[in-house]
Amino acid sequence: MDFKDNQEQANFRKKCREWLEKNAKPKTGMEKNEFANINYLQAAKDWQKKKYDAGWAMLHWPKEYGGIAASAIERIIWSEEESKFDVPRGIFEIGLGMCGPVMMEYASENQKARYLPPMAEGKEIWCQLFSEPSAGSDVAGLRSKAVQDGNNWIINGQKVWTSGAHFSDYGILVVRHDASLEKHKGMTFFFIDMKSPGIEVKPIKQITGGSSFNEVYFNDVVVPDSQRLGEIGDGWKVAITTLMNERLAVGDANGADVEDAFRWAKSQDDLGEPLINNKSVRSSIADWYCEANGLKNTKLRTMSALSKGETPGPEASITKIVSANKLQDIGNFGMDSLDMSGMLKTDDPEIQSFQNAWLGAPGLRIAGGTDEILKNIIAERVLGLPQDARADKGMPYKDIPTGKA
Amino acid sequence: MNLDFSDDQKFLQNEARKFLEKEESIKRSREILDQSSSLDTDLWQKIVALGWTGIRIPENFDGLGLGHLELCVIAEELGRFLAPVPFSSSVYLFTEAVIKYGSEELKKDILPKLVSGEIVGTLAVAEDFMAPSSSNIKTEVLNNKISGKKIAVPDAGIATHSIVVCKSSNGIDLRLIDHKDKSLNILKQDTVDGSRGHFCIELENTPSILVGDEGNGWDLYESIINQAAVLFSFEQVGGSQATLDMAVNYAKERYAFGKPIGSFQGVKHKLADMYVAITLAKSNSYYAAWALSSESSDLPVAAATARVSATKAFQLCSKENIQTHGGNGFTWEYDCHLFYKRSKLLSLNIGSLSNWKEKLVSNLEKSNIN
Repeated sequence: MDFKDNQEQANFRKKCREWLEKNAKPKTGMEKNEFANINYLQAAKDWQKKKYDAGWAMLHWPKEYGGIAASAIERIIWSEEESKFDVPRGIFEIGLGMCGPVMMEYASENQKARYLPPMAEGKEIWCQLFSEPSAGSDVAGLRSKAVQDGNNWIINGQKVWTSGAHFSDYGILVVRHDASLEKHKGMTFFFIDMKSPGIEVKPIKQITGGSSFNEVYFNDVVVPDSQRLGEIGDGWKVAITTLMNERLAVGDANGADVEDAFRWAKSQDDLGEPLINNKSVRSSIADWYCEANGLKNTKLRTMSALSKGETPGPEASITKIVSANKLQDIGNFGMDSLDMSGMLKTDDPEIQSFQNAWLGAPGLRIAGGTDEILKNIIAERVLGLPQDARADKGMPYKDIPTGKA
Repeated sequence: MNLDFSDDQKFLQNEARKFLEKEESIKRSREILDQSSSLDTDLWQKIVALGWTGIRIPENFDGLGLGHLELCVIAEELGRFLAPVPFSSSVYLFTEAVIKYGSEELKKDILPKLVSGEIVGTLAVAEDFMAPSSSNIKTEVLNNKISGKKIAVPDAGIATHSIVVCKSSNGIDLRLIDHKDKSLNILKQDTVDGSRGHFCIELENTPSILVGDEGNGWDLYESIINQAAVLFSFEQVGGSQATLDMAVNYAKERYAFGKPIGSFQGVKHKLADMYVAITLAKSNSYYAAWALSSESSDLPVAAATARVSATKAFQLCSKENIQTHGGNGFTWEYDCHLFYKRSKLLSLNIGSLSNWKEKLVSNLEKSNIN
């Protein structure tokens, strides 16, 4: 056991660091997350372009689409080093993490050559159009329709929870082409131009007050058949490829963590004593420290496997469940420690970080697979337990009972 | 980057697993319980013959001269198979204390006999129904002779020697005693888990040999249990994995309402929670194993982190394994209770969960993570 890079990895890390030091500022720990801000979007595009020109944008992609065909461990090393710098992240994750891989697998050579390099460069932003008002965890229950019309398809319906739809240029879309088939069999997958006539994007106001998600309406939107990904009826298969990538992309929850709770507890007053002397606070900090380090060490085990050229085990599947719940608890703790004044908004960045954690964590426990769905996945895919019997199994989609949309 | 065991260490682990499986270690544990005995002598002798008691003992004292990592992989398997042997007392605590703090003369005398099995050791700390501390130890040493009473000493009835934590004129001492001495009396105590005996040791002017510096014994004791905590964590991880495996198998085979109970989300989510707890505990134990084997200054924090996670994991898994088995899980006949009881024993042997949480946070305060 050791934590050292081998020579090759050390050299690569040094190269990453040298470039980052020349082109970005190291983090101070007090950065603000300004996801919806328009300047932030431009800054993110500029940063992506800078990385692209220097060859750092999409390390693992093939060279012809702007990558350098880097190994998995090199990607992790880059990501570790980049995360130490104050750079705008969070705009391209869905496009590059989910839309890119699906285009790589299912698009034609011409389409790949046309769409992948601008995606990597940050010139064109992509979004993912899967969830619907009546299809969340059971996303295969979606009802947006595609009707074939010569060489085109006509799309009608509504998507929801679409991150970044308001600034996206393209999107990947799964819709129902035949409601008389079983639900998993009647779907087809496309990519679409978000500027197409008939698409309307409406932001959703979240419990945080911000809007990073949207509703997207389709009214007779025309999509050429050449933009179909996979065969007619293969929509679910293609969607699953994407969702597997999403679960890898949505990982550790950003925000207040045990170090912040610990630092805060040492400085905050608790009935005339430092809060850290409170037994129940000490017990919680011990629990969060074990969870935070459990995740960190799990990641190191995954990296160890990759570093040896082995396939990692399923350990990483616990990351989002543990980190999103920990974030919620820590946010709650920070506000609780302020007693009656915990509800007040202030300029204090530490208090803000607890309030943001408390307000944002419910979303993280839902996005990219709810806690419950992720536990089902662990139980079924890792532990090998049988799937629950489905009331809609074998039924034509149109006969499946539905609630109010 | 390599937070993993080597191929040789994995091979050793695999051999240990095959051995304990073939020897029906879990069944032996149940027999000890049913017969109110304290040790499976036959299994213990076989373990000694495999050389496991000498893994960490240097070759010039007849041991295998291997590292802590080899001990970690063995510990995981002993935990998985509930081995009814005094391994933790004699190897993680007693042997490690002699290697770390014994004089050359003492090592020369004791270590080869630990390898051969002639000596089995344990550590005597508790005196009353409360957590021991440097200020409440009453057992006292005067002119190298100890008087007092120790309780809940694991495996003392089988052990030939103990290291006793006692009060001296200069503070706390660690002192070695020989159980053959006529001045002491060892009595079996009734316990909640009868598969590993606990004993009371009454000492009256019992001759002793000082281990480590005089008066500094509490710090030495803390350092010994920091090391042992890593090894206990591996036993707890092994036990947790065994209970999850049992629960998963049962949930696949047991039917209710026309389908396997493992298809119900209420059961699935419980089992997924067990998997999450084990993964956290295992990863923290791996890191602690690295800290132990590389003598990192991070050991006190790493060991407490592993210990807290592993105690929580085994407690959760062993209780929810019973729950998954329903009424069957509450019977003496099913093995669920053996793990439930062992999880408690392992979680108390070197100090409770709440005390380890406190140790973790006070070590964080000392190491100043911010």
